[in-house]
Amino acid sequence: MNDRYELNKQLAQMLKGGVIMDVTTPEQAKIAEAAGACAVMALERIPADIRAAGGVSRMSDPKMIKGIQESVSIPVMAKCRIGHFVEAQILEAIEIDYIDESEVLSPADDKYHIDKTQFKVPFVCGARDLGEALRRIAEGASMIRTKGEPGTGDVVQAVRHMRTMNAEIRRIQNLCADELYEAAKQLQVPYDLLQYVHENGKLPVVNFAAGGVATPADAALMMQLGAEGVFVGSGIFKSGNPAKRAAAIVKAVTNYTDAKLIAELSEDLGEAMVGINEQEIALIMEERGK
Amino acid sequence: MTVAVLALQGAFSEHEQALKKLDVDCFEIRQNSDLNRNFDGLILPGGESTVMGKLLHELALYEPLKQKIQEGLPVFGTCAGLILLAKEVDSGLPHFATMNISVRRNAYGRQLGSFYTEADFKGLGQIPMTFIRAPYILNVSGNTEVLATVNEHIIAAKENSQLVTAFHPELSADLRIHEYFLNMIKGR
Repeated sequence: MNDRYELNKQLAQMLKGGVIMDVTTPEQAKIAEAAGACAVMALERIPADIRAAGGVSRMSDPKMIKGIQESVSIPVMAKCRIGHFVEAQILEAIEIDYIDESEVLSPADDKYHIDKTQFKVPFVCGARDLGEALRRIAEGASMIRTKGEPGTGDVVQAVRHMRTMNAEIRRIQNLCADELYEAAKQLQVPYDLLQYVHENGKLPVVNFAAGGVATPADAALMMQLGAEGVFVGSGIFKSGNPAKRAAAIVKAVTNYTDAKLIAELSEDLGEAMVGINEQEIALIMEERGK
Repeated sequence: MTVAVLALQGAFSEHEQALKKLDVDCFEIRQNSDLNRNFDGLILPGGESTVMGKLLHELALYEPLKQKIQEGLPVFGTCAGLILLAKEVDSGLPHFATMNISVRRNAYGRQLGSFYTEADFKGLGQIPMTFIRAPYILNVSGNTEVLATVNEHIIAAKENSQLVTAFHPELSADLRIHEYFLNMIKGR
């Protein structure tokens, strides 16, 4: 188990500095790969359409996921519902490269997350703060992403979550050793994970940004705020020119401090996804799974 | 001595940490202007070769780096970096195509096929080896020397100033493979 968990954390390390894109068809997966995605997230509906459609949102059809696995050579991820360990077992059975136990889908369990230590395939989970991140890692997640607010095209929540997490990490770093026990109690997290954060000033796994990233500037913003890579969901295939926007976001993530280059990349991208403001959202996905 | 690390995508910071432990100066190559600095060796890290291959062209790094490698700049490719150097890639087009090896991408399958092992590396003894969705070398030609095999597949090789491993020495605390590369630079 320990070897396997190490290997799963290490796959996330290989994804760093890259962009993981939501795709719904093999054709979109090929566009994403050609644009420079380091992995794709296979799902039936992108978050913006999940919002529009309403109703219960579940794991995608395995046949559709397999079609995407066959169409690209980069890693393929897929989402299961929070707490739905049978959906996760199915995704493991079709040899998915990473499972996203995701608040984008309707939670299947309002109390418990999946015991991810029971699986060989890796899991990525969303988090809004250090407590959520370390609880997911304790359950076996080998990669963390901010929750943001998926399918909105509004980056404000992802920014809030990344800033919150980093501020809490800085606070933990500055505690005395004997204060860590109380901090672990307050955050409701295992002491050993908190001790790692105290000593290393970062999470014990790779941390990506996700939720509401729509432009090269959004992606570079998240990188400058400390993300190690970026998930882009609805932002690409809900925009006017997906291939061009996807390629621009990839380059902006590699050269996230070069404003001159990002300025060039931001030219003539066509229409960005329309977006929904925080106050206009009916369904708050980030509240799912704490 | 200064070693440049290609930092377009992937596990480049792990290589930088290994170099720092060995007291070697390093810097990142992210765009063409980074090539203005002098460097004695180049590391191509693990990550996704499709991403790096595309960005090499779009950021105007492909031609100048290929020229340097052809002129004998010592280069060390791990995993995706190995694929970037190979003359033949079984699924798709080659990238720098400077080294006489042919490779199979994702040779061990998806993430469930990733594994850790220890195996003999020529001249160094047992080395910890982590394979993440790794390739292996199908065959070598020219001056290429095989340095290590696992389960009868070639997973490390050297041709003149080019060194490749299908595994990730940057993910272990064992620095001997990096030292091996630094010795190649010194011996140049």
